[in-house]
Amino acid sequence: MDFKSSDTITGPRTEDHLPHTAQAAVKIVIVGGFGVGKTTMVGSVSEIRPLTTEETMTQAGVGVDDNYGSESKTATTVAMDFGRISITDQLVLYLFGTPGQERFWFLWNGLFEGALGAVVLIDTRRLEVSFDVIGRLEERGVPFVIAVNSFPDGPHYPIEDLRAALDLAPEIPIVECDARRRASSRDVLMTLMGFLHSLALTGSLT
Amino acid sequence: MLTGAAEDGDRAELDLVTLIVARSDAPQSATPEQATLLGLCIAPLSVAELSAYLNLPYSVVTVLLTELLTAELVQARAPIVRQALPDRSLLEAVMHGLQKL
Repeated sequence: MDFKSSDTITGPRTEDHLPHTAQAAVKIVIVGGFGVGKTTMVGSVSEIRPLTTEETMTQAGVGVDDNYGSESKTATTVAMDFGRISITDQLVLYLFGTPGQERFWFLWNGLFEGALGAVVLIDTRRLEVSFDVIGRLEERGVPFVIAVNSFPDGPHYPIEDLRAALDLAPEIPIVECDARRRASSRDVLMTLMGFLHSLALTGSLT
Repeated sequence: MLTGAAEDGDRAELDLVTLIVARSDAPQSATPEQATLLGLCIAPLSVAELSAYLNLPYSVVTVLLTELLTAELVQARAPIVRQALPDRSLLEAVMHGLQKL
């Protein structure tokens, strides 16, 4: 692996520097299938242009996926997009978008560890990706909310039908959103924080 | 060889959102990659951002950072992680921050 020489590396713009008082960060993960709008959501609320961190996966593709024909052992580079929101001079929030398909779960280890919670972003045209993701988050004990990204050509289901289809407990929030809009994406994050807050009040664990 | 001393896999406990801050300018003895890293984190920067700006995988960046931490050239500020019982004042601070968006 080559290290790029320093003159080809562009660091953050001066206006993107965090203050020296920044003491700690928290993270939230946005998880969903390809094309569901994870990067769009990260970009709509991030104060910096979304960045990409990559990790290399060297293993046989596992799990069934329509778009994945190869059974051979390959090295695949998986990119995660992320953004940042300064909460206070001391506290920074990072948002990571990660693919939901089972073969990318190796990425989840470092990612979900310590994360405050997750947003499962859903496209009603492809609900099936969400089943495994939800099961996996429940197993890991990561609190999450469901956000339905509204696509004009996507089927529209009443929230309670979605809850039944996804087999979700009644307390788990389901909200509709338009990931392109900052206010809408922010409201999804607020819903997650409100849900976490209610868990803290009741002292219950998911 | 990029990774120098940390070859045996002892890596510092670094999260994607651990904030890294340079403690000093790069010493004469710094390797080019160390100097680049130190230059990037003159202001606090997460490991994920370092990985993005350097175009290096997170796992590689943690190796480089382990060297810099051992040499006390950078400081690592650990993230606040989710507790079994979430910290209400933290959640309220985040909500307040989001409301300003």
